[in-house]
Parts: sequence; structure tokens; C-alpha cells
Amino acid sequence: MSDSQAAIQPHEGLHNPALLHHFATEEQQRDASNLGMWIFLATEVMFFGGLFCSYLIYRRWYPGDFAAASESITVWLGAINTAVLICSSLTVVLAIWAAQTAQRALLLLMLVLTMLFGLTFLGIKGVEYKQKFDEHHVPGASFSFDHEEIPSHPGQYANPQHAQIFFALYFIMTGLHALHMIVGLGIFSWLFWMAWKGYFTPHYHTPLEIGGLYWHFVDIVWIYLFPLLYLIDRHK
Amino acid sequence: MATTTVQTVERENYLNKHYGVGSWLFTTDHKRIALLYLLSITFFFFIGGFFALLIRLELLTPASDLVQADTYNKLFTQHGQVMVFFFLIPSIPAVLGNFLIPLMVGAKDLAFPKINLLSWYLYVIGGVMMIHCMLTGGVDTGWTFYVPFSTAFSNTKVIEAGLAIFVAGFSSILTGLNFVVTIHRMRAPGLTWSRLPLFVWAHYATSIIQILGTPVIAITLVLVVAERALHLGIFDPKLGGDPLLFQHLFWFYSHPAVYIMILPSMGVVTEIIACFSRKRIFGYSFVALSSIAIAVFGFLVWAHHMFVAGISVYAALVFSLLSYAVAVPSAVKVFNWTATLYKGSIHYDAPMLYAFGFVGLFTMGGLTGLFLAALGVDMHVHDTYFVIAHFHYIMVGGALMGYLGGMHFWWPKISGKLYPEGWARLAALIVFLGFNLTFFPQFILGYLGMPRRYADYSHMPEFQILNVFSTAGATVLAVGYLLPMLYFLWSMRYGKPAPDNPWNAAGLEWMTQSPPTTFNFEQEPVVTWEAYNYDEIDAGQKQEVPVVG
Amino acid sequence: MHDHAKSSPLKTYFTVWAALLVGTYLTYKAAFIDLGVFNPVVALVIATTKALLVALFFMHLRHASERLLKLVVISTIFFLFILMALSMADYATRGRI
Repeated sequence: MSDSQAAIQPHEGLHNPALLHHFATEEQQRDASNLGMWIFLATEVMFFGGLFCSYLIYRRWYPGDFAAASESITVWLGAINTAVLICSSLTVVLAIWAAQTAQRALLLLMLVLTMLFGLTFLGIKGVEYKQKFDEHHVPGASFSFDHEEIPSHPGQYANPQHAQIFFALYFIMTGLHALHMIVGLGIFSWLFWMAWKGYFTPHYHTPLEIGGLYWHFVDIVWIYLFPLLYLIDRHK
Repeated sequence: MATTTVQTVERENYLNKHYGVGSWLFTTDHKRIALLYLLSITFFFFIGGFFALLIRLELLTPASDLVQADTYNKLFTQHGQVMVFFFLIPSIPAVLGNFLIPLMVGAKDLAFPKINLLSWYLYVIGGVMMIHCMLTGGVDTGWTFYVPFSTAFSNTKVIEAGLAIFVAGFSSILTGLNFVVTIHRMRAPGLTWSRLPLFVWAHYATSIIQILGTPVIAITLVLVVAERALHLGIFDPKLGGDPLLFQHLFWFYSHPAVYIMILPSMGVVTEIIACFSRKRIFGYSFVALSSIAIAVFGFLVWAHHMFVAGISVYAALVFSLLSYAVAVPSAVKVFNWTATLYKGSIHYDAPMLYAFGFVGLFTMGGLTGLFLAALGVDMHVHDTYFVIAHFHYIMVGGALMGYLGGMHFWWPKISGKLYPEGWARLAALIVFLGFNLTFFPQFILGYLGMPRRYADYSHMPEFQILNVFSTAGATVLAVGYLLPMLYFLWSMRYGKPAPDNPWNAAGLEWMTQSPPTTFNFEQEPVVTWEAYNYDEIDAGQKQEVPVVG
Repeated sequence: MHDHAKSSPLKTYFTVWAALLVGTYLTYKAAFIDLGVFNPVVALVIATTKALLVALFFMHLRHASERLLKLVVISTIFFLFILMALSMADYATRGRI
């Protein structure tokens, strides 16, 4: 199936995919790109990690307030968004498989689907943010969270200031995630353009692989955000 | 000892290959990028040094008579921020690391040359933002940005300073990323890990810290900016937030950051000591692994900056114990350097003088770190000049001397010219004397109780005499720093052309021409020798680069 | 070294995809059942399983030819864990000693 024995096919276009001058072999170049992206993802894990750490500390301090705040965000929208991202990760690996098997039409379709899933995600996020805005749950001057019961202690009301911390973390974490999503859409637009130009072959499709790694990472962040933000004390 | 190659016609090299501002600003040659960094960090060194000068002038007298307290707060804040983020953290990695690592591993360039250039631009953008911030009001929170002062009370440009450092942080991350990939993927055939120069090991360890630590301060600065702009309550105790959370997140990076500042310098010192003792490094694998150990352990000790901030006693005990552990790999290195010197054939060229200075001053700084790690002692000397002396011994007596030693050692390779050795030895001596005169009195001051960050110490006028010594020392130190800048510049025009290997040193970088060509090696070298094979070199074996044949 | 000719990768991809969706459904459902202190544990265990599936199969970590990439991942998680665990050493013991 793979024609790793095939010669490098130089393509028209702005960029020659053949060996960059400072690498000795194509394999070295591909391995370097791959390692580079994984290390970049490591930095991203630590970047989000600081937020997860802050979240952990405050959730432990204010469990009731956080539960009350979490209850006010729409869980089924979050669940659908989780499914959307999971599907988008599937389309990403299928896109790479399509490149590996020289199926250009399928590759283009999968890239488009990935981006559509991404846009869907952002759309749903926009709906959620609007909900929060309408309910005055956006931290800042117009924030209010009065008379919201703590799920585990009916009759007790959440401290609005502690709830504001939840919403601050909610917006910063999901906002940062959405920002990464937007960047991901930009990356995939560029990958789509390269694929359209016929740039990818079974022999060379490294940008797809490393773009894919980034996208999967964004998916993984959401996989953790969903239960942590949406599913606190839902059974109460 | 030096080889005698006389160049009469200037050979093509990375400096003269292309001319014009554009060829520099759009270069992807790691050597040119290293020089771009050299210019930029030197510029910021002047700015940070200027603030230091003003601080020391103010402290000549007990009263706050040169500047008001508010201004003084900005002086020490900006001195710290500029020196830490815009000088020390980039210094050796971005200048010497960028220049030498591809040469040392036998590669034509780093793994990602364009990202290398991007990292310089990010540094410059962050730097411009910082300068703008300082010119339009400055920031007075201390380089540590502690909340809630920085988020709720300071009337200065905290957001802009935070964002400037945020941008510069990405420069650091990208440099580290580039180094790790280069060292893993681009070593020449035959160059196994155990044959790598320890300079490379040191930068590998540094890069780990840059990659894993810097993002945490990045997100912390984002939170500070958000908190200050929106009053979210994340760090505000009145709204249920915890100011200590900021400190935990801040120091999680900023403690490993000090290892970013010292590890490369240790790598430089290792290279210099081996060369000027004409010996293999004693305990190569211990030195290599101790670099990694310092990087790993360095992440475990951050709350020793918070002993009196309000963390639990239990946490203080844990972090105190871990802080003692982190000293061990550093001590291993000092032992190995000493053992290398033993029965070596010592040459006292300028780089070696700096290396000697490093070993002594770093040891003092490191040992006083252990004093601080002891909870009982820290109760008394936290936030005093004892702490300031401790970290300046490491960062100036250690890191900066290593940087200067490295600049002297590799200057012939970088510029193709020899610096004047007599002036260089004089400058090294002046730096050493000036440094000790500046900072040793500060140990005493701190021990006697003088707090840090005070413009006015008129309720303790007995401290003046030591402060006067310190300021006198700072003046001497400034002269010591100016001299190399002057004679390096002088040497570019008037210096003797350098042979390819003036020190007869080991290492692939010395097997290229001085200065190297743009692509470093004509053909990919094949390494068949161990690192620091000075016994073979001095026995007369020819230093040739075997190539893939 | 880089074996692009993986045997029936499609089957793997679709299986993992289905597992991820099932995991999401389970997380959602489990949140509404009272498991006491185990609610967050279950949620995180399922989330970690899903993350591992994505990393190992979609990101091809399982087939990584050398251990370096796995080392990168493990080191990162380790240091993130250190950040949280040692911070908790402070938060969990304040007021106690």
C-alpha cells in the first residue's frame, strides 16, 4: 500500500516538500517534526495544567458553591460537544489514513468534516456563553448569583463570590480551549489548502500528522473539562 | 598550545556570506540568530544594570533622598524583571547554546531554524513591550508580582509588564523545544549520548525546564491580568480567593527558572575546566546525570520561597527537606570539577579565571541557599539582604561569570578574532573583586536584619557603612563588565585573526573554521572519539573530522 | 520504522471512536447516580481512559517506534501531578498543624 520506495515527488506550489537542507534524511525530518509537536503539546498540557490546578484547589475549598454553579450550565450541551469533538478526532485520523492510501477526495472530505465539527463545537459554545451572559453569570460588574441552592444541602444558598470563582475558571478554561479550537480551525484550513493543491502523498503527509496531533490534544483537554465543569454533584 | 594557521585572505564564513540588514533580520542561520540575541540581551543588561546603579546610589545614604519610595519600588522591580527575564534566562542558551549546539552535535543547524528566528522576534516584541511599560509608568510590584497588591492595589502598569513577560516566555519555550529536538534527532553518526559535550547535556536539562515550567508562569500571568482587569476573585481574599495560590503557581516556574539560569553556566564551566586542565572530566556520567537531576529536583522545591507566607508547617517541612535534596547534584558537580583540576595541567587564561570564580562563588551562593532552606534560619533572614546576597552570588557570581567565561572561550570561534588576553585577565580580576565587594557585605547586612526592598533605612543607620562598601563594589563591577564589551568590539576590527582551534580544545565546534561557514560542516562528520579526549589531543594525534565516506 | 501499512487501521479507529462515545455516555449517566465520594473518581477514571485511547490510538503513541514520545508524555503528566500534589500538601494541611 505505501510506496515508501517511491521517489520524492516535487510539487508545484510555494513550498517544496522535499528534504530541508539541514536534515540528512526525510525520516530524520519527519521524526524531528513529530517530536517537536509532541514537545509543544507538553507545554500546552502545563499551560492548561495551571488552570486545572487552580480549579482543583477551589473546588476542594468550595464544593457546595461550585456544585451550585455547575448545575446552572447546560449539561446536555456539554455532552453533545464532547461527542462532536470525538467525531472530529475520528475524521482527523481518517484524513491521515486517506492520505496514506492516496485517496484525495476522501482526504478533502475528512478535512472539511473535521472543520465542520469544530465549527459546530464553537457554535454550541457560543450558545452556552450567551446563556451565561443572559443569566448574569459572567464574572465582573454585572455578575449575580443570588438564591441558588447548593445541591447537596437544600435550603442553603451558594456564596455568590465563590460561585464567581467557578465561573471565572469556567470562562477562562473553556475560553482558552475555544481559542485553541479556533487556531486548530486555522491550521486545518491551511492543511485543506495544501491537500487541495495535491501536496500530500502516501510518502509525505507530515503536516497532516502534526496538525492532527494538535487537534487530538484539544480534544483531550475537553475530555477533562466536561466532567470537571459540568458534572459536579449532578445526582443531588 | 595554539595551532599556527595564518589567514591572509578572509575565508567565506557565516558573517561575510551575506551583507545587509535584511540578511540578518530574516536569517535562519543559528549563528546569526545567536548574535542577534547577543545584541539584544546586552542592551537589556545595560537597562537592568542602570536600575541597579540607581538602587545602589540610593542606598548610599539611609534616607530615601535620591528617589521616593514609589520610584524605588519601580527600580528594584524593573531591575529584577529585566535581569531575570530579558537577560539571564536567554543569555547562555540563546547566545552560546544557539551558536554552539548544532556545531557540537555535528549538524548544519538546529532542528527548526525558522522557529529559532521566531523565538528571537518574540523576545524582541516582549522586550519592546517591557520598555514601553517602563517608559510609561513602570511597575512597582517586585519582580514577583505578588497578589493582591499587583491585582488590586498597585497603580502601575502591571498588565503590560505581565504581558511582556508572557510573550518573552514563549521565546524561552521555543528555544528549549528546538534544543531538545536537535539533541535527540540531529546528532552526527557516532555521537552517542555518552560522547556529547557536557555543555550539551546542560542545555538539554535546561530545555526540559523551559518546556515544562514556562507555560505555568504564562498561565499565571494570564490569571493576574484577568484578575486585575475583571476583579474575578481568584486571588482576592475578600472574594474568597487565595493569594497563596498565585505564589504556588508563580514559584512553580520561578524556582526552576533559577536552574534555567545556572545549568547552562555549569555546562560552560565544565568545558572550560576540561580544556584548561588538559584533562577529561572526572566522572562524566555523574556530571551529565546531575544536570538532569537538577532539572527534575528543581521542580520539587518551589514553596521554599513561601516559608513565611502562610503555607502549612507540614508543607514547609516537606519543601525544606526537598530543598536539601536539590543541593546534592550541584555539589556533585563542584566535586567533579575539583577532581578534574586535580593533577591537571592548569592554564590561567581568562576563560579559566572566570571558571575558577564561578566554582568558588557558586559554592558560596549554593551553601547559603542551604541556610535559607533551614526553616529556623529562614524565619529570620527571609526578605532580608541575606536572600539578595544568596541569589546574586549564584546568578552573578555564578551564571554571569560562566557567561563571560564562555564568551571569552568561544569568542575566537564566533568572531574569528582573538581578544586581548591581558585585558581579559585584568577584567576577570576586576569582576571578581568588584563582585565580592558588592555582595559579601549584603550577607552581613541581611544577617544583621536589613530588609530588602527598602529605600529608606534611616531607622537603622548603622547599616550605612556596609551599603557604602556594596555601592563601591558595584562601581568596580560595572568597570569590570564594560571592559569586555569594549575589547570584544575592538577585537572585531583590530584583533588578531583567530586560528580554527586557538585553545587546542576538544569538541566538534573546534574542528570547523573560525568563524564557521554558514552550514558549519562541509560534510557530515562521523564521531569515533570520546568527549574531552585531551590525552589524545596532547599526545599529538591530529584533530581531523572524519566524514561519511 | 514508520509502518504506514498498518493492518486494518480503520477497524481500530472506529472501535476507539465507539468506545469514546460509550465512555461519554457512561460519564453522563454516572453523574446522575449517587456514588458518594466515587462520583468524581468515576468521572476522572473514564476521562483518563478516553484520553489514553485518543493518545494511544489516534495520536499513534502506541506504535511509536521508540520510547521517547512516551517518556515525553509521562514526564509531563508527572510534573503536572507534582504541581497539584505538592500544592495540595499545603492546602490539605493548613490549619491542622
